[in-house]
Order: sequence, then structure tokens, then C-alpha cells
Amino acid sequence: MLESYLGAGLMLLLAIGIAVGMVVMTSFLGPKRQFADKMEPFECGESPIVSPHQRFSVKFYLVAVLFVLFDIEAVFFFPWAILFKQLGIFGFVEMLLFILILGVGLLYVWKRGGLDWE
Amino acid sequence: MEPIPAPSIDLVSLAPVLVLTVFGIMVLVTDLFIGKNKSALVFISLTGLLMAAISSLAKYDLPVYSFNGAYIVDHLSVFFTFIFCISSALAILVSIDFNQREGIKVGEYYSLILFCTVGMVLLASSTDMIMIFLGIEIVSICLYVLAGIRRNDPKSNEAALKYFLLGAFATGFLLYGMALIYGTTGSTKLTIIAEMIREGSVRSEPLMLMGVVLLIIGFGFKVASVPFHMWAPDVYQGAPTPVTAFMAVGPKAATLAAFFRVFAETMPEISPSWGILLYILSVLSMFIGNLGAIMQTNIKRLLAFSSVAHVGYLLIAIIAKNSLGSASLMFYMLAYAFMIFGAFGIVILIGRKGDENLEIENYSGLAYKHPILALSMTIFLLSLGGLPPLAGFVAKFYIFSAALKEGFVVLVILAVLNSAISFYYYLKVVVYMYMKEPIKEFNITLSPMTLFVVAIALFGTLHLGIFPGPIIALAQY
Repeated sequence: MLESYLGAGLMLLLAIGIAVGMVVMTSFLGPKRQFADKMEPFECGESPIVSPHQRFSVKFYLVAVLFVLFDIEAVFFFPWAILFKQLGIFGFVEMLLFILILGVGLLYVWKRGGLDWE
Repeated sequence: MEPIPAPSIDLVSLAPVLVLTVFGIMVLVTDLFIGKNKSALVFISLTGLLMAAISSLAKYDLPVYSFNGAYIVDHLSVFFTFIFCISSALAILVSIDFNQREGIKVGEYYSLILFCTVGMVLLASSTDMIMIFLGIEIVSICLYVLAGIRRNDPKSNEAALKYFLLGAFATGFLLYGMALIYGTTGSTKLTIIAEMIREGSVRSEPLMLMGVVLLIIGFGFKVASVPFHMWAPDVYQGAPTPVTAFMAVGPKAATLAAFFRVFAETMPEISPSWGILLYILSVLSMFIGNLGAIMQTNIKRLLAFSSVAHVGYLLIAIIAKNSLGSASLMFYMLAYAFMIFGAFGIVILIGRKGDENLEIENYSGLAYKHPILALSMTIFLLSLGGLPPLAGFVAKFYIFSAALKEGFVVLVILAVLNSAISFYYYLKVVVYMYMKEPIKEFNITLSPMTLFVVAIALFGTLHLGIFPGPIIALAQY
């Protein structure tokens, strides 16, 4: 019974090991040069304390939203791919429809200029 | 390995939803390949709505449950599907000239209306709370975008943002209520919940009652009943006029249909607990809606408050929870669709680019310049008030008789009193049209499509008022 969790357990250990290992290794091996910018909290490359009245490029957000959309939809493919044989023709047709709708969405975004950077 | 059997799904019962979705996507794609002229999109959308209405008749021997009892095709859902298709078609027709005047050149407009209709059909046909939630969300998200479709107009933006923030908040209440009811009954299916309540084990469970209260708050917000109506006047005023008309009819009808299913059909045994709450909501909606409307000087805000008051009348049908209640709900919404689209059609005709001519005083002297428009507006307003022999009277009559059958005498007296109050502000507009001098030139362009909608609405209002028999028979079936 517990054996079936072996893979998951190993995966968990490996994940913890990599994370802890990286932190430990860098603190031993990495060079330590401390300066003001580096000591600030990390905010995805943006300065943490700024005036809120500033303009930002909306393009980043458009791309980010589109990315999340298509990325999440792609997640559905994995369970389908694993169960492909058992799902049979029904699963295949359903997935084709899904991809078709996804494709129409991509076509729409593309034609409307959602992917143009300029 | 064993093949996983395909779930038994019955796509035919889902036909209107599928048809509308396909046509909505078709509108989106077609929009990419045509130029500035959007009339092809109108044609596709109207075809889609017509086909959806026809395809809703595909099932015989109603009611038919499908998708493991999560979806039902019954008399209520078919009738409401027709109301949705009619109201969406009228909304599209009334938008054509309006969009041209206001410079709304987006093809998404039409597909959003179709997708919204998908949500409405789902709402009216769901017998599972998850599906109801899904339907409400589809409807709401489309409406948030539609309310803000005039991107460069601050009022439209305000409407969309206000609607979105408050709507999202209300959705939280709805979902929490569903979660609590799921927690006590162990199912999201309305049929199973109904059975549990009939057995009696969960009737006095505090969490169940808590869930019911939260559901009422969520639904109450979506239909804009007092005290959850604060958003309605601002949103109705800021949204483009055809969208306002659309919002006041289709989505409201859909939410009321789900409201009826969840309360009147699923939990009639615990009606004392939710009945009293709806009673209060109904009375408050009628009074605050009608008294609020008296103060308004803007015609769109006036109609917004009047629609709050109408929700008060409509809640009576749910409180009555009998078969006459559901029939009167259907008839009322159909009549209401015609009256509202007629009145808003006139508002669109009188209005000018950039939200001008929306004050009531802009209607002064309309009867001298355009007697037929003034007469039509008078008919719509009096019908909203409930004057015989117009549709509004018959609709109210059936709702009140449904309530009287269950013995809600005081409620009916209050409702009749409110109808009398409502005549004050409906007649105020009529007085302006017939008894005052015009304050400026009207300069009305009699756009054919909008006039067509007004004509249909006029026909509907008069026909349902004078010969209500066949439609009532259909609704009672």
C-alpha cells in the first residue's frame, strides 16, 4: 500500500534536497559582495518602493495573460496523453474539439494583433 | 488496461447552448476577416439566435434530465430560452443604429451578447449548483465587458468597474452559500438537495439556513433587489443604452429562473425561513425602487429604479412558489422584455451622440413633433405601470393571483399600492411629452432598425395585453 507512494516520496525528497542543496551550496561557494540594491527585497526586477503614479507598458500584461491562458490549457493535454488508449475514440474527438477551439482563440489573438510587440 | 467508458451525454438537450456558442465563435472569426462594415455580424448573430430558439424545441416528453441530472430541459427552461433569444435579438437590432451613431465599432459586441445568452440558457436549465454558478459567471463576465464597451467614455468605464467589483463580491456570497448547502446535504444537485429537505434531516441545520441566506444575498445582488441594488442606477446609466435594456431583461430573467428553481422548486418545505427574507426583499424593492424613481431626472436612471421595483413584483412569484407562480414569472418576463425594449428603443431614438438628451425634460413637447413616438412611449410606460389592457397589467394580475392563492394578502395589497405609486413617475414623463413646450429642437433621425424594434415591442405589449390567453396557456402548460 505504502509502496505506491514510493515515487511521490522520492520526488518530494529530491525536491527538498535540490532546494536545500542550492541554498547551502551558494552560501558556502558563492562570492559575497553586499551592496544596497542587492539587500532590497526581490520584486521581479522592479524597484520595491516607487511612486504609484507611473506609466507601465500594458504589453507585458497582455502577453502574460495570454501565456497563462494557453499554458493552463496545455496542462489538460498531459492527463489526456497518459490515458489516450483507455479514453478511446471519444476522448480523441473531445480533444480535437478542444484543440480546435484553442486554435480559433490563437487565430483570433494573432489576427487582432495581440501578439504584436510594436 | 480497461478502456474508460465515455460518459453518457445527451448533446441534443444542450442544443441551444451549442448553437449559440458556435455562432458566437463564428461572429468572432468573421469579424477578423471583414472590414469596417459589421452588418454581416448582425446577420450571423440573428441567425444563431433563431436557430437556438428552434433547437430548444428538439426534446419531447419534458422534463428531460441529462448530464447526470445537472441539466434539465423542461417547460420553464424552454420558455425562458425563447425569452432570452427574443431579448437578445431585440438588443442586437436596437444596437445597429446606436452603435453607428456612438462609433462603437467592435465586432465582439455581438459575440458577447451571444455568449451572454449561452450563460442565460445554462442558468435557466441548470439543476446543479455548480452549473448555476457557471451560468451566472458567464452572464456576468459578458455584461461587465458590455457595460464598458465604450472604452473612451469615463461613464461607461465607471459603470463597468462598479459592476465588476460589486458583482465579483456578490459572487463570493453566492459561492459561499452553495458551499454551505453542499456541506450540509452532501450534494450540489438540486434534486438530491430537494430530497434531503423533504426527508427533513437537514431542515433545521443552522449551516443550511446560513447557506440559504447567503444564496439570497448573491441572487438578490444579481437581480438588483433592495438592499443590494446600489449598483443598478449607476450601471444602467453608464452602460450604452441597448446594453442597459439587455441587462434589464435577459440576465435578470435568467437569474430569476435559477432563483425560482433553487428556492421555490428545491426547498418549498423550508419556505418559512427563506420566504420571510424574500418577503422583506420584495417589499423593500417595491418601495425603494418606486420612491427612488420619483426623484430621478434622468430617464435611464428612472427606468433603472423602476426595474428595481419590478424585481420586487417578480419576487412575489417566487414567494408564491406554486405552478401559477412559475407561469406568471414567465409571462411577466416576456411582457417585460417587450415593454423595456420599447421604452429603451424610444430613449435611443431621442438620445443623441455622447449621452445627450437623456434628461426627462428633453422629452417636453415630444407629442407635438412626433406624436406616434410619444404615443408609443406612453403605452410602454403605462404598461410598465400596469394599466389595463396592456401587457404589464395582465402580467401583474397573474403574479398577484398566484400570491393570493397562497394567502399573501398583505403582500399583494402592498404591491398594488406600489403600482399606484409608480404611475406618478411614469405619468410625469407623459406629462412632459404632452403638456410642456419643447426646450429645443428634437432633431431625431428615425433609424429604421430601432423603429422596427419599437414596432415589435408595441405589438408585443398590446397583443400580450389584449390576447394573453394563448401565451398564458403556453406558460401554464
